[in-house]
Amino acid sequence: MGSIQLKSVRKAFGAVSIINGIDLSIENGEFAVFVGPSGCGKSTLLRLIAGLEDVTSGQVLIDAKDMTNVGPAQRGLAMVFQSYALYPHMSVRGNIAFALKMAGQSADVIDQKVRKAASTLNLTDYLDRKPRQLSGGQRQRVAIGRAIVREPKAFLFDEPLSNLDAALRVQMRIEIGELHEALKTTMIYVTHDQVEAMTMADKIVVLDRGSVAQVGTPLELYNKPNGLFVAGFIGSPTMNLIKGAPAAKRGAETIGIRPEHSDISTTAGEWPAKVRLTEHLGSDTFVYAEGEGIGHLTLRLEGEAPLTPGQTIYVTPREAHLHRFDKDGRRIG
Amino acid sequence: MALKQSTGKRIGVTVVAWVVAFLIFFPILWTFITSFKSELDAIAMPPKFLFFNWTLENYYEVQERSNYLKFAYNSIVLSIGANVVGLLIAVPAAWSMAFAPGKRTKDLLMWMLSTKMMPAVGALVPIYLIFRNLHLLDSLFGVGVVLMLINLPLLIWMLYTYFKEIPVDILEAARMDGASLLNEIVYVLTPMAVPGIASTMLLAVILSWNEAFWTLNLTTSNAAPLPAFIASYSAPEGFFWAKLSAASTLAIAPILILGWFSQKQLVRGLTFGAVK
Repeated sequence: MGSIQLKSVRKAFGAVSIINGIDLSIENGEFAVFVGPSGCGKSTLLRLIAGLEDVTSGQVLIDAKDMTNVGPAQRGLAMVFQSYALYPHMSVRGNIAFALKMAGQSADVIDQKVRKAASTLNLTDYLDRKPRQLSGGQRQRVAIGRAIVREPKAFLFDEPLSNLDAALRVQMRIEIGELHEALKTTMIYVTHDQVEAMTMADKIVVLDRGSVAQVGTPLELYNKPNGLFVAGFIGSPTMNLIKGAPAAKRGAETIGIRPEHSDISTTAGEWPAKVRLTEHLGSDTFVYAEGEGIGHLTLRLEGEAPLTPGQTIYVTPREAHLHRFDKDGRRIG
Repeated sequence: MALKQSTGKRIGVTVVAWVVAFLIFFPILWTFITSFKSELDAIAMPPKFLFFNWTLENYYEVQERSNYLKFAYNSIVLSIGANVVGLLIAVPAAWSMAFAPGKRTKDLLMWMLSTKMMPAVGALVPIYLIFRNLHLLDSLFGVGVVLMLINLPLLIWMLYTYFKEIPVDILEAARMDGASLLNEIVYVLTPMAVPGIASTMLLAVILSWNEAFWTLNLTTSNAAPLPAFIASYSAPEGFFWAKLSAASTLAIAPILILGWFSQKQLVRGLTFGAVK
C-alpha cells in the first residue's frame, strides 16, 4: 500500500511562502509526476512528503495515517536524489544494504535482497566497487537499488535524470517506467522536463509558483489545459498563443493552437505568414513563421515539407483543436 | 626574454623561501646542535657552529637527573586523551552547527573563537583557585580538562569547516534510509570526514603537546608533561644551556617526527575550505 494525501499543505521559509496550501491525492500504485518551471516549489513539495522539511501548516497522510510530524526514517518512503547521494565510502553492496542494516535485518536476508536488487538493475558485477568507480548511469542505478531494496510504500524521485546525458536519460526513463510496471509501487517523480512528465506519468501535477495549476493524465493536460500556464508549459514545441482579432473573432481573449493542429497551404488559408526557418527531423518538419498580425507561429508538419525561408504560406487552424482562454487566462469551454 | 625573466624571478623566490625557512628553523637547529656541546662550548663567544667536541654527555645527564619517560608518558596521555574527549564533544557540536544551524549559530562560532583571543593569564587565578579547592592541581585529569577546553573551539571550528563541505543530500539519504541521528553520524558523516577529523586531531595534539602556560602553572611533578621537563632545566642555579637544549630536543623530537610524517595532512587541514 502507498497512497499519499496532502491536505492544505503550506510551507514558508520566513516570510517567503513556497507552497501555498496544496490539496492533492496520489493513489496506491500511481506514477505521479510533479512538473513545473524552476522555483515553482516541486522539489520542496517532494521534500515535505519525504519529511525532510517540516510543513508550516496542513497535513501529510500516508495510507490514511497522519505522518505530518513523523521523521523521514519512519515514513516508509524511499528517495532517489538528483545528485545520487551515494555513500562515497561504501561499496555498491554497502550502499544498497545500508537501509536494511539500519532496519536490523539479518546478514542472510540482507545478502539475498541485495543480490536480487542488483540483478534487477544489472549491477551484479559492480557490487564491490565504490561509487566513484561507476559511470553516471550506474550510480543512478545504485541509488534506485538502494530505494527498491527497502520495499517502500512509495518512491520519491527528485529530478533523478538531470545529471545524465540525453541518450542515457531516455534509457533510464524507460528503465524507471519498467520498474514501475514490475513493482506496481506508488512513485512520485519531480522534473522540470515536460517530456519526462508526459512519457512517464499516470498523473501529472503541474505546479506554478507554489500552487497546483492543474492535475490530470498527460493527455488531459495536453488536450484540455485549464489555463494559459498549463497550455504554454505542456507540449513541445509549445502551443501557439494568439491574441487580438483572430481571438476576438472566436469570442476569447487568447486562443491557442498546437503546432501540429494547423493545415498549411502555399495558396490560400486564414493566416498568411512568412517562413523564417525550417528544421528537418526526417519524421517531422518544424516550421517557424511570422504571421501577419499574429506574431510567431510554430508549425509541425509530418514527414518532409519542401518549404524555404522567405516563402509565404497560409495557416488554417483546425477549429476542433483550438483552445480558447478568457482575459484571466482561464479556459473557455 | 619573458622566459628568462620568469626563470630569474623563480630563482629569486626560491632563494627567499629557503632563507625564510632557514630563519624559522634556525632556533630548532641551534638547540639541536647545542645539545651536543659541553656547557663551556655552549656559551662560547663567538658561538661555535660545527667545530667543537661533539658529546652525548648532556643526554646521559638529563636522563640521570630526571625521568624523561614519566614526562613523555604524561605528555602522551594529556595530548591524546584531552583531544579524544574533545572530539567526542566537537563532532556532534560541529554536526549541529553545520547541518542544523539556528539563527545564532554564526554568533556562537564567533563567540567560541573570541575565547581564544583572551590572554590565558586572565583566567589563571580563578582557575588556579578552583583547581586548588577541587584538589585538581597536579592531576592528569585536571590539566587534561583544561587542555581539552582550550582546544575545543579550534576542534569545532575546523570540523565545522569540513562538515560544511559534505553534501547534505547524502545525510538526507541516510535519514530516508532509516538511520537515526547517531547512526547518521557514526556510519555516514564520520567516515566521510575522516581526513578532516584526522588532521584536526593532529593539529590539536601538537598544540596540546606544546602547551606550556597551563601545564607549568597547574602541575608540579605527578602530572607534569614535557614542557615542565624543559622548564626544570632553567632552574634557580642558572641556565645550563647544553642540558636545557638536550631536554628540549628530547621533548620536541616525538612531535617533530609526527609532524614531519604528517605534513601533507596538516597542510591540507589548515588550508581546507580556504582553497576551493
